[in-house]
Amino acid sequence: MYNLIGAGLIVIGGGIGLGQIGGKAMEGIARQPEAAGKIQTAMIIIGALLEGLAFGALILGK
Amino acid sequence: MKVAKKTIKFLAIAVIALITTTSFASISGNADQNHNVQNHDGGQVNTQKEVTDYIQHHLKDSHDFTFFSYTSEEGERKHFGFSLPVILWSSEGLVTFMSSEFHHNDDGHVIVEKNGLKFAKIHSKIYELNSDAATVSFDETHHATNAHKVLDFSITKSVVGILLASLLMFLGFSALAKQYKTREIPKGLGRALEPLVIYVRDEIARPNIGEKKYKKFMGFLLTVFFFIWILNLLGLTPLGFNVTGQIAVTLALALFTLVIYIFNGSKDFWAHTLWMPGVPYILRPILAIIELTGFILIKPFSLLVRLFANITAGHFVVMSLIALMVTMKEAFGPVASTGMSLVLALFIMVIEVLVAFLQAFIFTMLSSLFIGMAVEEHEHH
Repeated sequence: MYNLIGAGLIVIGGGIGLGQIGGKAMEGIARQPEAAGKIQTAMIIIGALLEGLAFGALILGK
Repeated sequence: MKVAKKTIKFLAIAVIALITTTSFASISGNADQNHNVQNHDGGQVNTQKEVTDYIQHHLKDSHDFTFFSYTSEEGERKHFGFSLPVILWSSEGLVTFMSSEFHHNDDGHVIVEKNGLKFAKIHSKIYELNSDAATVSFDETHHATNAHKVLDFSITKSVVGILLASLLMFLGFSALAKQYKTREIPKGLGRALEPLVIYVRDEIARPNIGEKKYKKFMGFLLTVFFFIWILNLLGLTPLGFNVTGQIAVTLALALFTLVIYIFNGSKDFWAHTLWMPGVPYILRPILAIIELTGFILIKPFSLLVRLFANITAGHFVVMSLIALMVTMKEAFGPVASTGMSLVLALFIMVIEVLVAFLQAFIFTMLSSLFIGMAVEEHEHH
């Protein structure tokens, strides 16, 4: 039961984080379309790091 | 002479890598054993439970290849697939037999006798019975009391997947390499592979490792990239592979990255890790502990968990959506449930194709980032 609540909290946290990353990257690309490639790569790396953290928490919580 | 030496070195590395990964894949100890296998209560089949068991079974490694199975009119369970060799290192030495001798039994009721030893398969793991025992007995938590695990070097489903991916890579890339002797631009399959190789070099290795040193690590990065990508894509075929969803396989891959950046770390990297210049002396040991755990534990752990969890979650979602067709039949009727399951499964499947590439890319990208951090040399003023 509690681990399900924990999983929900992890997903909420991860969702907020990914939303921030995606939104800011979008903003950056809109402001500077010529830097789109670099921003995308950086976005994917940060997204992956966040994902690793969230998945780690999910696996440990299971 | 130089070429021959390099080839031998390459082959030696390839063999070592293969052996490590494959043995990790088959030795993998999975502690999750507490789910029940009894799914027939009084002749009634619990669909929900059967579906869950099927998915759980798929996510694990298995000793045989089953494409599909069904229960015939006479109530007999039929399996379509083929069996794979079982290679065990038991208390009496090497024992080999075909997995068909277990007759698809997975709860320890079929006992195979070889060289005077008795073996039983419980939850896809092979146990050796104690010499005085005739059948496996279980305690309340469903753990075997009179049997113990053996070292299992079997050619399991995952090992077949790894060998298949290696073979595909070997054929594809040796053909590509050969073409450069006679022509500038490769043709055929090589024309599809060349842009990917250049992509890994120019977008992943060069910016992260640096112009001077990237060449040394290209072999590893390309191998890891294509290995993960091919295995992820194999996992989406109906063959039923789940290789990159085995935590042992991703662990072995992450260990390779760890070993590479530990042994290639520059003097500056170790200085900055162990005795950070420019901070008060009292903080330096604390920083060293933080940096060391970061590099030795957390970075490989996040690498292995990310790949494992992504692929496992992907397979779980796809299989659950396909199972909707069965579980929702009573609520929505056969047509609506099949249509819903088809549309949703197709949608997720397309995303999974993207994820298959993305995870290979991320693994390679982060590996090269970590390697880049370790080999970087700082300018001294």
